[in-house]
Amino acid sequence: MKAVEVTGLTVALDDGSVIVDDVSFGLESGQVMGLVGESGSGKSTVALALLGFAKAGANITGGKVVVGGVDLLALSPNELREARKKLIGFVPQDPATALNPALTIRAQLTEGMLGEKKENLPRIREVLETVGLPSDNAFLRRHPQELSGGQQQRVAIAMALGKKPELIVFDEPTTGLDVSTQARVLEMVAGLCADNGMASVFVSHDLAVVGTVGDLVTVMYAGQVLETGSREEVLLSAAHPYSIALLESVPSTRQRLPLVSIPGRAPAAGAKFDGCVFADRCAFVEDRCRDSAPPLVATSTGSSARCLRVEHVLQNQRCLVKEPLPRVESREEDSGSVLSVRNLNASYGRTQVLFDVSFNVAPGETLGVVGESGSGKTTMSRCLIGLHEDQSGIFEMDGKPLPPRLRDRSKEVKQQLQYVFQNPYGSLNPRETIANAVVVPLKHFYGERGKAARDKAKEALERVEIPWRLADRYPAELSGGQRQRVAIARALVCNPSLLICDEITSALDVSVQASVVELLRTLQNDGLSMIFITHNLAVVRSIGDRVIVLSQGRVVESGEVEAVLTAPQHPYTRGLLADTLEVDRSDAETSDLPG
Amino acid sequence: MIRTRPREQGVQAPPRNLTRRILTSPRTRLGLIMLLVMILFSVLGPFFAPHSPTAVLAKPYADPGDGLLLGADSLGRDILSRILSGGANLTWMAIAATFGGVALGTAIGLIAAYAGGIVDTLLMRVVDVMLTFPTIIMAILFISMVGPSRLILVVLVAIGLTPGMARVMRGAARPVIRREHVMWARTIGLSSSRILMREVLPSVTSPLLVETGLRLMWSVVGLASLSFLGFGVQPPASDWGLMVSENKDGLAIQPLAVFIPAVCVALFTIGGNLFAEGAARVIGRTEGARS
Repeated sequence: MKAVEVTGLTVALDDGSVIVDDVSFGLESGQVMGLVGESGSGKSTVALALLGFAKAGANITGGKVVVGGVDLLALSPNELREARKKLIGFVPQDPATALNPALTIRAQLTEGMLGEKKENLPRIREVLETVGLPSDNAFLRRHPQELSGGQQQRVAIAMALGKKPELIVFDEPTTGLDVSTQARVLEMVAGLCADNGMASVFVSHDLAVVGTVGDLVTVMYAGQVLETGSREEVLLSAAHPYSIALLESVPSTRQRLPLVSIPGRAPAAGAKFDGCVFADRCAFVEDRCRDSAPPLVATSTGSSARCLRVEHVLQNQRCLVKEPLPRVESREEDSGSVLSVRNLNASYGRTQVLFDVSFNVAPGETLGVVGESGSGKTTMSRCLIGLHEDQSGIFEMDGKPLPPRLRDRSKEVKQQLQYVFQNPYGSLNPRETIANAVVVPLKHFYGERGKAARDKAKEALERVEIPWRLADRYPAELSGGQRQRVAIARALVCNPSLLICDEITSALDVSVQASVVELLRTLQNDGLSMIFITHNLAVVRSIGDRVIVLSQGRVVESGEVEAVLTAPQHPYTRGLLADTLEVDRSDAETSDLPG
Repeated sequence: MIRTRPREQGVQAPPRNLTRRILTSPRTRLGLIMLLVMILFSVLGPFFAPHSPTAVLAKPYADPGDGLLLGADSLGRDILSRILSGGANLTWMAIAATFGGVALGTAIGLIAAYAGGIVDTLLMRVVDVMLTFPTIIMAILFISMVGPSRLILVVLVAIGLTPGMARVMRGAARPVIRREHVMWARTIGLSSSRILMREVLPSVTSPLLVETGLRLMWSVVGLASLSFLGFGVQPPASDWGLMVSENKDGLAIQPLAVFIPAVCVALFTIGGNLFAEGAARVIGRTEGARS
């Protein structure tokens, strides 16, 4: 008997629209299944349905979820609660909010366990050691907010692990973590499930993550399973066009490759389709794809895919092999610089966060700034734009000195330096249409008004591929990727000479990230200088010309992207590079060119 | 430590039609209807009064009859006419005082939140000092010094409303000011007044509306109380608060002269409170979940 058996699981909203459609899979003990998909694909809904739970407004309308021989969906609410207690562990996305800040680690860990607190103590210590945390009393007395993000996530995992469940559900547990912490947590998860004989379902939007932990990989889209199979089958010989598209959008640290985004936008929850759900965005689409919904069919490689043209896709996926982009020829050192920064120091109160940071940005160059959370990279970008007051350093812009404080800067400087923020949900005024958002700087810097301003705004929005018919929408009606594009358009209308991008893709899905990065590449080709701040080395490889690596407020390494990422000198950079996850695809290996 | 990844699921129902959502609740609809009826009543009332509100027509505390539908008050004036014309002063004064207080309080709150530092400290300490003076006592003090004047009353009540309003608006504006779109507006060098008007004010309209509703009720109650105490509208003009105080001695003989004006003030404030509270609930439910 399988440890977990899901058949025909269907979840619908109150208004009847189906958000998870007929999902079936099975897991043996010790197996990890990666469940991957973009935002809104229904992956988290499936994860919750495995606990017999649906969020407010949604209902599980059909199917069976059998865990350890118990059909969860047939139980009464009280029995279901008992069954969850014994059989299932759940690790939520954001441990900072999932752990109760008022309780000690010990209280949180014993709470969910069966039996007396005293008896459970040795078990808790054992579990804490398994997840790589200290197990002494001092640690048990601490509160969640005294731990780092990685430690909090380990505590959350220990909580799920403590009662030895049959199944553990991980709902994007590493999305909020740094690459190196993520690498360690993933390694641990894969080991734990195999050692303890627990089945687990690991939900993520990142194929590289799923490829690291999953024995099986299931790709979801618009509430349907589009492909399912073993890790090798899905990652190395994907049989569904959507899986291929997802794989193509993952950046690599090894090569400077263009990222291929998926055209169009993921369908809204509960959208109805006559034919294949992916037909509108598919590169392999034929007329018959739109007529009837394709069934999940077995492929020659052993996986199953919901596609009418499986064999054709399997044979032709390598047509999409990407040519590595030409290396940007190194520019002469004395060609001047758009921005030069010397000995930048910054602090918050008494804590100094930046130490003697110096760098240059040449005209037309993209400087990547890489570092983990807490490395000071956001503080650095805020210093450049003048928002951080507590700083000292020498800035020069186009050879002229640049005052560090915003209020001392001239209007011209403010127009030439533009900033795009990390969080697409906060960077646009929620009560202003997007056309207005773009018109504001036009009016401010160039005195443009009325139709002339709207025409310029239209041009800028079309430049970032936002159709003009969306112009009178409000930010809440756009997706995260679209909002980030509007924020870029708003910066572009100012005609900046330097664009500072602060982690602008970190809140986005991998496929959306690809489209934003490719947009920036076109700006780069137009000769715009950029500072691109990120924690993701692979993105820097894809778009950066030169890179500086920040660690604890110091520049530990700098140089050409090719040189730094091919042969990193500093141990910190090496560590970061080793921890960055890669999707190994055969074509990426074969097309590796020397140099 | 933690990079939270905001989820795209927030992209559903846009908060565009807040007014419509507020009006779907039966409680707010009832409140709004009561409020509108009372305002109409006070504005149009004087035109329907059968007699002059100041003319002496019968014996004091006369029973209903003889062409006086509700009888006569302590000086023998027609109660119905006095009630019909007794709300107009109260209504315009309450509305004017509310708008004055709300505008001043909002300006102080937003400026304190945006400027921060020493400006914030100074403004808020001044507000704290203002809070320690109860509005009614302050008003009585000033009126006894400079004599009763409707304009001064309005100004005094407006000043009384200011500190509370300033605190609420400062609290509402602070998280908005930390948002990226406000930072962006600063980086391109928009003027502070434009940032406050364009970027900050539209994001705090919901607490602003609810507070305005509440403050309106407070001014109605405040002005009626001042009239009752003899520091508001002066006799022989008619005013609900004043009527209660004029006729309280005859409560046993002619209860209508006290009872009806009291009910009018009560309906006015209950309607306003129902609406403000219901609106606050709707806003709390829909906007709180998004942040």
